[in-house]
Amino acid sequence: MLPAFLAGDAQAARVVPPTGFTAWLTVFTSAAMAFLAVFALALSFSAGRLADRWGEALARTATLRISAPDGQMAEQTEAALRILEQTPGVASARALTDEEQRTLLAPWLGPDLPVERLPIPRLIEIVETDEGFDVQGLRLRLAAEVPGAVLDDHTRWRRPLVRAADRLRALGWASIGLIGGAVAAMITLAAQAALAANVQVIGVLRLVGARDRYIAQAFTRRFTLRALGGATLGTAAGMGAVALLPQEGADGFLTALGLLGAEWAVPLAVPPLAGAVAWAATGLAARRTLRGLD
Amino acid sequence: MIELEGVSYSYGGGDLLREIDLTLAPGSFHFLTGPSGAGKTTLLRLCYAALRPTAGRIGLFGRDLAQMDRDGVARARRRIGVVHQDCQFLDHLPVAENVALPVAVSETGRTADAENLAELLAWVGLSARAQALPPELSGGERQRAALARAVIMSPDVILADEPTGNVDWEMSQRLMQLLIELNRLGKAVLLATHDLALIRATKPHVQARVLRIADRRLSVAGAEL
Repeated sequence: MLPAFLAGDAQAARVVPPTGFTAWLTVFTSAAMAFLAVFALALSFSAGRLADRWGEALARTATLRISAPDGQMAEQTEAALRILEQTPGVASARALTDEEQRTLLAPWLGPDLPVERLPIPRLIEIVETDEGFDVQGLRLRLAAEVPGAVLDDHTRWRRPLVRAADRLRALGWASIGLIGGAVAAMITLAAQAALAANVQVIGVLRLVGARDRYIAQAFTRRFTLRALGGATLGTAAGMGAVALLPQEGADGFLTALGLLGAEWAVPLAVPPLAGAVAWAATGLAARRTLRGLD
Repeated sequence: MIELEGVSYSYGGGDLLREIDLTLAPGSFHFLTGPSGAGKTTLLRLCYAALRPTAGRIGLFGRDLAQMDRDGVARARRRIGVVHQDCQFLDHLPVAENVALPVAVSETGRTADAENLAELLAWVGLSARAQALPPELSGGERQRAALARAVIMSPDVILADEPTGNVDWEMSQRLMQLLIELNRLGKAVLLATHDLALIRATKPHVQARVLRIADRRLSVAGAEL
């Protein structure tokens, strides 16, 4: 059906006179909106990846840092672990080994750090259950029983970041919806302008027995092809521009902005969608205009 | 084929036509005359459903216009050839494509056969102007092209609104001859004109009724015509 529509009736296509202004308006609008849609897609996918990464890495974890004089470190670590075992909402807790602490500090202090001889705090990794634990209650108990313990509840300060990334992803999709609406509005205006400019043509076609469907199709096909062509150009330009974005250090948001793997296939849906929006918008405008004519 | 029963048409609060009765039967030939502004064009427009009556009933090929949807009207118009006063062409298409337009829009999958189209253009004397654009044609050429377009689908009814309005006497005689030939083929013809000399010159060659619109009503014209 679609190939037949796109191939169309050559005579039906010819009955509508060429209209330079609306033609360029439609092509330009579709190209510009498709370009923006590709960026909105890249934004949405990047924000999604960021939210997933932060969410997974930090899901239900906290760190307990114990700073104590040499002789008390082992004792306070054991006391802290015991408290954590008894705390509702804590799924597991374990002290990091010297080797793990050395690995953590290596980027800053080098690989040959003598951890055992330096006054470095002992780190305890805490994994929460789904319900989580009472942070305030745990802090109070640790303060009373393990004076050198400091609870770093990073889940709670990272959670707003994950939420923000999620919202950014939703914003990207909302932008795509708005872009689709803007395309529909612009093409409706262009189609209405073309229909209004061709009232005499429509009158002649009605006079010789053309049905509304035939007349509407002549306009619809023209605008659909223009939107399809414009959106194809805009999508190609958008994908090219996204491909040229710097990708070093994919941990940062700006440097990770782009498309990865199968995500590159998604922008290919933009031109057909723009064509479908143009088809629906022009069809609606044509039917409305034709109903007002004898 | 086309029947008007007690048809009235009002616009802007005033009656333009009142209680019109008219039947266009196969093979009939009617002249429609009356002063300018009497409502001749309005009556023709009612006949091909470009206007809907404000009272009365119009029948198109056995169907009540009031019961017809827009597609039904479009299909009925394919059986009516209209020659408009101002011809109405698609100015961006050459004459040949304009003449073939009713075939193209008929959605029958047909295209105007090149040989038949050439014959038709020769019949109206436009062979040499087939590829000209409508704005390049003279008034007479436009009228003949409009007539060719009106008959290409071999319609049952031909409605012509002042078809000789823009042409000289010799050309008007040629156009009338074309209409008479079509009438002899069984087509119903309704021809609106205020040119009484044309009616007098044509009447001896065709069995025609002369109708007159005056005071918003339709009547059979007097013996002077």
